[in-house]
Amino acid sequence: MQNTNQTSSISLKFNDGLKRRYKAEKRFQRMGIAAILIALSFLGFLFTSIISSGYTAFQQTFIQIDVDFDRKLFIDENLSAANYPGMVKTSLSKMFPDVKSRNDKKQLYKLTSPSAAYTLMDMVKDNPKIIGTSQSVWVLADDDVDMMVKGHYDRNVPEDDRRIDDNQLVWLDQLELQGKLKKKFNTTFFTAGDSREPEQAGIWGAARGSFYTLLITLALSFPIGVAAAIYLEEFAPNNIWTDIIEININNLAAVPSIIFGLLGLAIFINFWGMPRSTPIVGGLVLTLMTLPTIIIAGRASLKSVPPSIREAALGIGASKIQTVTHHVLPLALPGMLTGTIIGMAQALGETAPLLMIGMVAFIVDVPGSITDPSTVLPVQIFLWADSPERAFTEKTSAAIMMLLGFLILMNGAAVYLRKKFEIKW
Amino acid sequence: MKTKGLLFASALTMAMISSAPAMAARDYISIVGSSTVYPFATVVAEQFGKSSGFKTPKIESTGSGGGFKLFCGGVGVEYPDITNASRAIKSSEIEKCAENGVKDIVEVKIGYDGIVLANSKDTAPLKLTRQDIFLALAKDVPDPKNPGQLIANPYKTWNEVNAELPNTKIEVLGPPPTSGTRDAFVELAMESGAESFDFIKNMDKKEFARVAHTVREDGAFVEAGENDNLIVQKLQANPAAVGIFGFSFLDQNSDVIQGSFIESEAPTFENIADGKYPVSRPLFFYVKKAHVDVIPGMTGYLAEFSSEKAWGEEGYLADKGMIPMPEAERKEYAANVKNLKTIGM
Repeated sequence: MQNTNQTSSISLKFNDGLKRRYKAEKRFQRMGIAAILIALSFLGFLFTSIISSGYTAFQQTFIQIDVDFDRKLFIDENLSAANYPGMVKTSLSKMFPDVKSRNDKKQLYKLTSPSAAYTLMDMVKDNPKIIGTSQSVWVLADDDVDMMVKGHYDRNVPEDDRRIDDNQLVWLDQLELQGKLKKKFNTTFFTAGDSREPEQAGIWGAARGSFYTLLITLALSFPIGVAAAIYLEEFAPNNIWTDIIEININNLAAVPSIIFGLLGLAIFINFWGMPRSTPIVGGLVLTLMTLPTIIIAGRASLKSVPPSIREAALGIGASKIQTVTHHVLPLALPGMLTGTIIGMAQALGETAPLLMIGMVAFIVDVPGSITDPSTVLPVQIFLWADSPERAFTEKTSAAIMMLLGFLILMNGAAVYLRKKFEIKW
Repeated sequence: MKTKGLLFASALTMAMISSAPAMAARDYISIVGSSTVYPFATVVAEQFGKSSGFKTPKIESTGSGGGFKLFCGGVGVEYPDITNASRAIKSSEIEKCAENGVKDIVEVKIGYDGIVLANSKDTAPLKLTRQDIFLALAKDVPDPKNPGQLIANPYKTWNEVNAELPNTKIEVLGPPPTSGTRDAFVELAMESGAESFDFIKNMDKKEFARVAHTVREDGAFVEAGENDNLIVQKLQANPAAVGIFGFSFLDQNSDVIQGSFIESEAPTFENIADGKYPVSRPLFFYVKKAHVDVIPGMTGYLAEFSSEKAWGEEGYLADKGMIPMPEAERKEYAANVKNLKTIGM
């Protein structure tokens, strides 16, 4: 009797404990799922807010004008000297012959972007034969018009509080009815450098700057980082000096990036006399920043190569350098590449150190080499976010989308490389 | 194979570094300085670059003080040619320049900028005096019960400062101390507010500066960073808050925010140009004379900036929110630019 009683109480206890353990496991899982959901919702919020305010930047408003390239206007040999702004103004006046007063005309001329004149100039320079003909040309609309057409300005507020006045609204409506006002794909955004007129601003200059800067960073930090990792892991004696170096490398990986900027300013610009605001200096500074990351990743992947490989190679008579270059390095390389790509992605998103070396600057010309002044993508975002013109808001978000796109590509590549070449021991 | 590749890559990069032109001639103008002048100087630079065939000048926004520091570093292509400033150069900075060999500096005033206090359009505009601003924002204010004594700022709402103001919490978003806008605001608004109290006015210079320039730190004044767009967004979200920034941001966002009246003058283009609106400051740029004939395009850039189509009453800088100088002043400075009249000449 007693015996059975005992067993049942033990099994009861056991069952209770089991239930509790299952519950604990479920609770833990739920907490994990909740954490992921919260993280996802933040991410979703970020993406929706950026995309919803930025997607309109991929379209730009254009106005069609009929331009008379009258031969009389091109007396000078130099085609750039002709009065192109005047041609734009004449065309607009012809479209709205009722506009007479000087003030109204000024408002009318503000409908098109100042770049319209340069569009005409480029047309004439590309093909001087159009002189003497009449052409209908799509030119960029002013940024305020663009904002109005895209609905970022409210039509219903009092006239004084709007940057587009009632007359201009009437003209815009007329243009739209005639089919002379259209939103088109914004190629300028992908081909132009920075500009203070939002409708003419593009990210190509900054993207090129980022490319050159990262090229320098990669060319320097990958070989140096890999060589340092190999030496420290495979050759260096195990003594106090290597310990000190290891601690310092780990420390440097956690140093705020602005410190590297200050260092770059002091050494590369003030001491070596390299030109300010150029990708070469930017690349050097970012090299300093990414080196620790690459060395640490490199050492970790060298460590993960099993000692049996080395021993086998040494055992059949390979020298140490042959062991490393023929066997260990090829096996560790995928891991090193992953670390490098992650380091590069970090460097791509960095602004703070570049502030110190003058890469936070207004640069219109698209850089053509590593010694031309340039900015990088995150700096361009920073500069646009700080501009008073409202139309830069959507440009900022669109530039963020481009930067995020590049980052996803790079991190995707890192994941792909890892999956493809990963060797499980 | 791989080691060779690595060696080659590092050799290549080493070669690239050592061949980097340390003192190569610069074929573009390098400009540094104030973030307030930045939006105007960049427009001129872009116009100049597009119409002249020269390279577009490079403009860094370093703040007025940082700009002078770089500018006064010396003469030579590695130093900037022009620095923008939202205040006049200090005598200490002129001395520093001279020490480094920068002796001939041309001062060019380009126009004015108004500093506005603005709030959301959802509420009524504030009608402030400079005294109200001082009382609402200074760290130490005169004790209302015990005139002649200073106490820590006790005011929590605007109507405690001045019975005519609304009963809303004092919540002002403004620039940090590193900003030129903050310097100018403190000097133009708070200082004259402090001067309206005789006993503060009669303090010795150091003590006066401490009282007039120290902004309260108990949460009523929030340092919102250098990004004025952010302040505008916060004002929209919080109708009770008031923001401090440059006129061009009010001009661009006039559909959602409104400027407060100061001494019963609204911050409008006309009032600032006439000098009626009290909180406005001149903007400058400074040119290194020794660079004018060395760096290509300098003369052209200076001519573009001082042309009527740029800084005139109908010029494109006015469209961007800069307040032009009166005609006589424009003529004077345009002549200075032409003759490169240096400071102290």
